[in-house]
Amino acid sequence: MTKVTMTVNGKAVSGDVEGRTLLSSFLREDQGLTGTHVGCDTSQCGACVVHVDGAAVKACTMLAAEADGAEVNTIEGQANADGSLNVIQQAFQDHHGLQCGFCTPGMVMSAAALLKDNPKPSEQEVRDYLEGNICRCTGYHNIVKAIMAASGQDVPAMAAE
Amino acid sequence: MPKDTGIGASTVRREDVRFLTGTGEYTDDIVLAKQTYAVFARSTVAHGTIKSIDTSAAEAMPGVLAVFTGEDFVEVGGNPAGWLINSRDGEPMKEPKRPVLAHGKVRHVGDAYAAVIAETIEQARDAVEAIEADIDELPAVVDMNDALSGSNFVHDEIETNQCFDWGWIEDNREATDNAIKNAHHVTTLELVNNRLVPNAMEPRASIGSYKASTGEYTLHTTSQNPHLTRLLISAFVLGIPENMLTVIAPDVGGGFGSKIYHYGEEALVLAAAKKLGRPVKWTADRTESFLTDAHGRDHVTKIELALDAEGNFLAFRTDTKANVGAYLSNFSTATPTFLHGTLMAGNYTVPLVYVNVKAVFTNTAPVDAYRGAGRPEATYSLERVIDKAARELGMDPIELRRKNFIKPDQYPYASAAGLEYDAGNYDALMDKMEEVADVAGFEARRQASEAKGLLRGFGVNAYIEACGIAPSNLVGVLGSRVGLYDAATVRVNATGNLSVMVGAHSHGQGHETAFPQVVAEMLGIDPAVIDIVHGDTSKIPFGMGTYGSRSLAVCGSAVVRATEKIINKAKKIAGHMLEASEHDITLSDGVFSVDGTDKSVTFGEVALKAYIPHEYPLEDIEPGLEETAFYDPANFTYPSGAYACEVEVDPDTGKVRVDRMTAVDDFGNVINPMIVTGQVHGGLAQGIGQALVENTSYDENGQLLSASYMDYTMPRADDMPMFAVDHSQGTLCTHNPLGVKGCGEAGAIGSPPTVVNAVIDALQSGGRNVTHIDMPVTPARVWDAMQNAK
Ligand code: FES
Ligand code: FES
Repeated sequence: MTKVTMTVNGKAVSGDVEGRTLLSSFLREDQGLTGTHVGCDTSQCGACVVHVDGAAVKACTMLAAEADGAEVNTIEGQANADGSLNVIQQAFQDHHGLQCGFCTPGMVMSAAALLKDNPKPSEQEVRDYLEGNICRCTGYHNIVKAIMAASGQDVPAMAAE
Repeated sequence: MPKDTGIGASTVRREDVRFLTGTGEYTDDIVLAKQTYAVFARSTVAHGTIKSIDTSAAEAMPGVLAVFTGEDFVEVGGNPAGWLINSRDGEPMKEPKRPVLAHGKVRHVGDAYAAVIAETIEQARDAVEAIEADIDELPAVVDMNDALSGSNFVHDEIETNQCFDWGWIEDNREATDNAIKNAHHVTTLELVNNRLVPNAMEPRASIGSYKASTGEYTLHTTSQNPHLTRLLISAFVLGIPENMLTVIAPDVGGGFGSKIYHYGEEALVLAAAKKLGRPVKWTADRTESFLTDAHGRDHVTKIELALDAEGNFLAFRTDTKANVGAYLSNFSTATPTFLHGTLMAGNYTVPLVYVNVKAVFTNTAPVDAYRGAGRPEATYSLERVIDKAARELGMDPIELRRKNFIKPDQYPYASAAGLEYDAGNYDALMDKMEEVADVAGFEARRQASEAKGLLRGFGVNAYIEACGIAPSNLVGVLGSRVGLYDAATVRVNATGNLSVMVGAHSHGQGHETAFPQVVAEMLGIDPAVIDIVHGDTSKIPFGMGTYGSRSLAVCGSAVVRATEKIINKAKKIAGHMLEASEHDITLSDGVFSVDGTDKSVTFGEVALKAYIPHEYPLEDIEPGLEETAFYDPANFTYPSGAYACEVEVDPDTGKVRVDRMTAVDDFGNVINPMIVTGQVHGGLAQGIGQALVENTSYDENGQLLSASYMDYTMPRADDMPMFAVDHSQGTLCTHNPLGVKGCGEAGAIGSPPTVVNAVIDALQSGGRNVTHIDMPVTPARVWDAMQNAK
């Protein structure tokens, strides 16, 4: 067991972890932050995306010990200070960018990382960026729309809906 | 103008807030006091005899609390098949036992033969490694033809690998054969409906708990229908009295069919919880999901279409082998039969249909209903062979379909495959599709693609499905062992807010938003005061769950019936309060008023009166305001649609890209257009996934080669176009109170043949004569087809 200390959603936290403990397990089991989901065992689905020192990271591919001293942000810390949905979250609700909600935390965290680097992405850039996030419910249409809307852009549908 | 509340409003979903803030509660998120962890020992061979299992080393490992093997469950029941199919000769299907843990033999890779319960999941995992299982590997039965011809049996006791040999409609067999023999033209196609893994993003998980003081069990589980799970565990598997077992399906991260069924892990965690007196949790990892979730499709079909000289359809005849895997999953026998054969007349006035299905046991994971369940297989066969016929006869594929469509004045229409379609307008759907897809502009787009060196193809499809599953009387005749009604309770609380308890389960469909829209519209009140309760057998009256696009058509109808009862009783109370006859009371915008007077009371005042019944006519009206209704439909509902797809094929690489995808559907009345459109989007992606990238592949030893997201290709954002979806051409369902039909499966049914027809159209250009490619249409397959057709 090693002791790790990190900042999670602005709060200092610490815990004892085994060498093999993943950041996703540390967040879910030790910290009770179950918004970070685990959808696969091969680092492919993106349900577990969090931000570590500002960068999007798949929490299932990082050891908790590696995040020692880091600043970690999860879906639970995304809403505005007054508890209302932030711009990206609100765009997902407005454009029906989620159904079962299981991929959603990872999608929102990936979208936030994308828009930080590229505030006005094209539709193709959004689709390319989401390569590491699988959604089985939405067919991606409304996720792409939501992310474009969050960046202040409309995305033309193929034809009128 | 679109409405902003009630029926027809694209209300944003209230459930989204918890999902967007990470506060949803999925099964694996739940932590019960003193919970322990289960990990399963699973077979690494597809077929083998269990000689011995030595658990002593595992039991001695740190943290281990118990180890179970198949021996521990020989006295209890098995997981049953929900649907009895009789073969053509009248013999009932073969139903080998499906035990909680494998006993005697393991029958597919991933078949669980033991389970360890430990204090931590790591300890349980380590201990599973210490179980010494002596399993004698047997040759695996993988290929369906080998399975039917050989003497190597998945289940030795039934001495065959054929589960049944079913004919539909058996009385039409001879007439169909004759029609095909004598027809002007017969088009024949042999095709594979590729095996898929549903891949809900949340892996299955279950927590069993037991309260020794009362004998009550609770199962938290990833289920699409908690009541059915309770019923199966109680009546067939463990014999726990139904009133001592609560099944809770909390937030569930998608199902697509795979979470309809009861699985052995659920029984194991309950039995283990009782033995240990502590909760037992199990969560699948993705590899386990691939190995053990019920898979979908896996049909091999030969279809023939007989036509006269004018292009009128005379008969369809099909010959299908359907893989059921190693054990019968709960609905696996219904899927290739009554959800498939009965749809084999499609949208057409064809007079004769004969369907033969042989269901085959193999050493692979069980196969059951996956989004669409049988109807995608029927549609794919029909719509591919129709396209091929059009090409052979030199006819336009849209015109050939239109020529054979059932016309609007022919309803109710008795199809040649035994269903009575109540309403539809397939020409109107086709008209709308031609407009939305801009079919007229295709030629210009084709030339533009050609200028880039790409082959562009156009594909079309018309489908019908039977949804709103299902009328109990009808499915009873067809072999179902359960009724398929649904139930709802509307509880008006004293302070005027409402809880609506529904038997349907929402795992992405937005029931928490859409059902209140219906109740609010009927009562004329704000939907915000109405809450939906679902997924907990201790809180809701009963239910048969969510699948088969049934939630709104069946459970929504129960909600309507219960709300009607509320209105009737509330009118009595209002009549008493206003000193008028209940017959003179009108409810409008949440206010009860006496006709022709200015006397009125609000809905809220009536609710309060019901619970504070001072000066109340107790001899006429009971206190309280709560009503329950069970609703059993009179018929299936029949959504239908016309789809179009345009693809670009790169002739140098064989890569296919979907450029335009149009779905025009008739879902009847639409409660929340935003949610319905989203359902179609998801179905389209799964259908395009099946057509282009998804495949489940076993090698000849029964090893699953596609058991991770590295090997099983999931459709990703950059595989998909923006979709064009329209549901403006609805015809109302004639037999349910909302006129609704169901929309959950349409996209997955309509899109695979549309995409493949488009690919074949593209490959017809330049003088090539490619007539068939099996799904998934990978670059390698396209390349091969192009080379062979040169
Ligand atoms: S759980 Fe991390 S990528 Fe799937
Ligand atoms: S919303 Fe269900 S997986 Fe994306």
